[in-house]
Amino acid sequence: MQAEEKMTYEKWPAAPEKSTLEAKNKFLGFWLFLGGETTLFASLFATYLALKDKVPSADAALAKDLFDLPLTFVATMLLLTSSLTSVYAMYHMKNFAFKKMMVWLGLTVLLGLGFLGTEVYEFSHYVHTYKHTFTSSAFGSAFYTLVGFHGAHVAFGLCWILSLMIRNSKRGLSLYNAPKFYVASLYWHFIDVVWVFIFTVVYLMGMVG
Amino acid sequence: MSTIAQKKGFGGTIWDFLTTVDHKKIAILYLIAGGFFFVVGGLEAVFIRVQLAVPNNDFVSAGAFNQIITMHGTTMIFLAAMPLLFAFMNAVMPLQIGARDVAFPFVNALGFWLFFFGGIFLNLSWFLGGAPDAGWTSYASLAIHSKGHGVDFYVLGLQIAGLGTLIGGINFLVTIINMRAPGMTYMRMPLFTWSTFVASAMILFAFPPLTVGLTLMMFDRLFGANFFEVAMGGNTVIWEHLFWIFGHPEVYILILPAFGIFSEIFAIFSRKRLFGYSSMVFATVLIGFLGFMVWAHHMFTTGLGPVANAIFAVATMAIGVPTGIKIFNWLFTMWGGSVKFTTPMYYAFGFIPSFVCGGVTGIMVATAAADYQYHDTYFVVAHFHYVIVGGVVLAILAATHLWWPKMFGTMLNETLGKITFWFFFIGFHLTFFIQHFLGLWGMPRRVFTYLPGQGFDFSNLISSVGAAFMSIGVLVLLYNIIMTSVKNVKVGNDPWGDGRTLEWSIPSPPPFYNFKQLPLVRGLDAFWLEKMAGKKGMTPAEPLGDIHMPNASFIPFMISLGLFIAAFGAMYHKNHAWGLPVIILGLLVTFGSMFLRSVKDDHGFHIHKEDLVEDNEKGAKA
Amino acid sequence: MKRLAKWRLLPLFAILALVLSGCRGENFVSALRPAGEVADMQFGLMKLSTYVMIGVILVVMIIFVIIFFRFRRRDDKDETIPKQVEGSHTLEIIWTAIPILLLLILAVPTVSATFRLADVSPMDKKNSDALVINVRSHLYWWDFEYPDQKLVTSQELVVPTNERVYFNLKSLDVKHSFWIPAAGGKLDTNTDNINKFWLEFDDKRSNEAGNLFYGKCAELCGPSHALMDFKVKAISRDKFDAWVTAMQDIKEPQKAQSDLAVQGQDIFNKSCIGCHAVTPENKMPETARMAPNLTNFGDRARIAGILDHNKEKLKQWISNPETYKPGNEMTGKYGELSDQELDAVAEYLMGLKVQE
Repeated sequence: MQAEEKMTYEKWPAAPEKSTLEAKNKFLGFWLFLGGETTLFASLFATYLALKDKVPSADAALAKDLFDLPLTFVATMLLLTSSLTSVYAMYHMKNFAFKKMMVWLGLTVLLGLGFLGTEVYEFSHYVHTYKHTFTSSAFGSAFYTLVGFHGAHVAFGLCWILSLMIRNSKRGLSLYNAPKFYVASLYWHFIDVVWVFIFTVVYLMGMVG
Repeated sequence: MSTIAQKKGFGGTIWDFLTTVDHKKIAILYLIAGGFFFVVGGLEAVFIRVQLAVPNNDFVSAGAFNQIITMHGTTMIFLAAMPLLFAFMNAVMPLQIGARDVAFPFVNALGFWLFFFGGIFLNLSWFLGGAPDAGWTSYASLAIHSKGHGVDFYVLGLQIAGLGTLIGGINFLVTIINMRAPGMTYMRMPLFTWSTFVASAMILFAFPPLTVGLTLMMFDRLFGANFFEVAMGGNTVIWEHLFWIFGHPEVYILILPAFGIFSEIFAIFSRKRLFGYSSMVFATVLIGFLGFMVWAHHMFTTGLGPVANAIFAVATMAIGVPTGIKIFNWLFTMWGGSVKFTTPMYYAFGFIPSFVCGGVTGIMVATAAADYQYHDTYFVVAHFHYVIVGGVVLAILAATHLWWPKMFGTMLNETLGKITFWFFFIGFHLTFFIQHFLGLWGMPRRVFTYLPGQGFDFSNLISSVGAAFMSIGVLVLLYNIIMTSVKNVKVGNDPWGDGRTLEWSIPSPPPFYNFKQLPLVRGLDAFWLEKMAGKKGMTPAEPLGDIHMPNASFIPFMISLGLFIAAFGAMYHKNHAWGLPVIILGLLVTFGSMFLRSVKDDHGFHIHKEDLVEDNEKGAKA
Repeated sequence: MKRLAKWRLLPLFAILALVLSGCRGENFVSALRPAGEVADMQFGLMKLSTYVMIGVILVVMIIFVIIFFRFRRRDDKDETIPKQVEGSHTLEIIWTAIPILLLLILAVPTVSATFRLADVSPMDKKNSDALVINVRSHLYWWDFEYPDQKLVTSQELVVPTNERVYFNLKSLDVKHSFWIPAAGGKLDTNTDNINKFWLEFDDKRSNEAGNLFYGKCAELCGPSHALMDFKVKAISRDKFDAWVTAMQDIKEPQKAQSDLAVQGQDIFNKSCIGCHAVTPENKMPETARMAPNLTNFGDRARIAGILDHNKEKLKQWISNPETYKPGNEMTGKYGELSDQELDAVAEYLMGLKVQE
């Protein structure tokens, strides 16, 4: 099948994300890339666990002083829901329903923005209320690096999905851009999974002590 | 559109290489850049040996010596050995699996340019206030303590180069999984392809920890973080773990392709199929797997405790088993064969005793309790040079001779090749054998000098003489390359006469689309099987048709250039106001180029059937 | 070509012969001349692994040589195609099983030795009479504290023979590694934590080595990493006790004897005493001990761990330490001294002896 071909609902294949060789390559290559990303985050998690609560003086804030469950819970819900909406978007992509896909992707972006907003608020809260900064302690460096790396991934994912949406807004789905949408949503799920781990390892375990 | 016969001027050729996405041209770029850095790293090695030739020498100062050893190690591993292996992977692996290109030609080019700019960045340190001086391992306490910008060059340069390696690895993996010709099952893949596959998988999982380690150190040195500041709660042992979780697999990332190269050579020049092919594949995969389980044997003296040391000691010894399997399989490949001693075979033959020595000292350093004596002495220096030079470098030299005709269409001179071998081989043993004893006699590694009266003097002199021999060998090789290129005597598809795998079934150098028709693979050593069946070439697996090819692109160069610029900004932003704008500018170039790539559709082009037929006729006349 | 190939093995054999004939290095610094329990254990492991490995090398080399002579293609025009052998299960099982056995032979003593070398339980016991020494490494010098004896010395470690000596290791700037090759393997001095291990010095072999072993830093630590040597004086328990008493007797800085030395002491008290202590007690916290303790400087075997111990060298060292140990922390901490002043300080320092 040719990537440039003009598509109709009838011709649209069951797995549009991997119906050309290029798409198959992209699909597999991206999965492998996520494998590498997993080790990247694993290293960051290990570093965080090693440096958790390692502060220079007794009056510095520790994990159990910092974290606030309601706020983190809201952030988690926003991001989990955005994962769900991106699933819907891909469902419509597979059915060649371009408009619906765009709507769900738009929702995903909004939810992602909401998540980033809470994260920015959270960080500024730590900095101003607890003087817990990137440079204040090894704990601070490790915390902001791990959570910040994730946040940067979210921001990159948002830019990516947005630029895909804008670029393809006028021309609909094709076998050339379907894998691009698919891979972007794969990335988004990955970010979500990482957050589940951050929520557990950093926040829940942090609050327990 | 046929680009084959197109004539280009010098500028055109340069532009062609700057924008190429053809794996064969990228291979040549890797070969040139890697070869250049190999010579640079070799010069550094010569300086080291001159300084250590006699006690209390002052050829270079203590500070300069530390910069030289750091750059020697870093250059040889990241900028010479890896790219040179990447050159052969790029040149040969797609041909061996019967593919027209790699899975991501664009990413392939990007990988090269990232490596190239990272390497240039790292080496610019020599001219911008001093090179990194904390050793290639750059242990955190010393690296943080190191003044000037040397370590910043290390951290930023490796970050960029490492990114290139990582995406290169992903590219090879996808290529091997998705792009094999009809009939090329996994268990019919040549060993070099298999080792490329396993090494790429290791790159995928080994480089991210390095990236993290480098990032943490960058944050500490340039952005005020405290990962390794003990007073602020930091811990320097984290760096050791991250570095070696990368660093040990890295050794196998280097040696596995070397094993692959030798496996090809033994089979070709013994005229015999590889003995125990399936156990060779199994051993390769097993080594790749175990390679991730043993990193802490580099840290036996860090004080991890007897439990950790014992576990890692035993795990390390276990790697000896699959490696031993390989050695015996190679020996029995030759056994009963008709062994022709060509230059590549010289290297392969010389590799066996050299690598066995490196392997057994590897088992010796794995015995944790005794390693307390070996660790950080010249014994370890000798051991890893036996593995890396006796394994990887010999393989690279062998591959250079073996695949030179395939890459450039002309053969390196055999006599000069053998002269190179003898100088290099004798020099190598002269340099490094005695270093085992220096270490045991009490000489620590990374010392810029030693005091007389400790029994080190004469042996160090011998070692330095050996280095001179190796240098002569490399000079002869360079002369050989120049002479061969000047003469440029063209050769046919299978210049060694005994080629077994698919790359020998197509012209040297291959046309830019590699295979006019994808070949049908009937078994291991596909081309050999056809030859034995009395055929001249491969049976095509598809009718002659249009071939889809990717477009050349300048964007990979720009993406890499952007990071190169941003790295300068990051390095100087603390003391110079222009630092931050330069970071932003560089990142804008990078992300802008990525954005451009993303929004600009690139469907590639097609070579039409008629042009292919035309090429065919031209080929027939020539 | 055939003759050439035979020559190839000759240098290897020549070197091997040289080695076997007893080329074992100097007995005060070589790991191949063990002078104590730990080094003996490690030397034993080295020998065991070497024997096993030489066995492996021999097997490989025999097959290797046979191949070279039997299976060479003698005629380039030879077109015969050898039999294409797929493999051999029997052979493959053999060369998998035998290495596993060999490795087991090696692994058991390795694990056992690793645990024995890590056994520092007497350190933690209350009222134990085990000798404990706190080693603190600094950029290019070593500080040795004897906590139970309440004294501090530097650069020259003094230990009793024929008993286990326990060490607490830590670094106060960058990572170093504490190594006395003849007495046993090294252990890193980390900046993050204290590492513990033990060594033992055999009396007889210490005497043979002149009671003075070389110690080294084995972890790259900066420009003068190569010059971060220290010395170990291994003496009998009686002599050690006498040394401890003599050191403990020095409560006040020793009085200089000659006029020149008195002048030197004055200069020392003005320029040097801020960093260098000349009394051995460990009242100051370890981080405040900025430079080597010089209480028994006159008794030591080397200046700054590396230079011959005489007045001339000492003057040169004080006048320009940067030449001798690049990157050290002493350079620039005191004003320029005239020749006469140097002479006086050197005279004073050389006289700082606690024992005859």
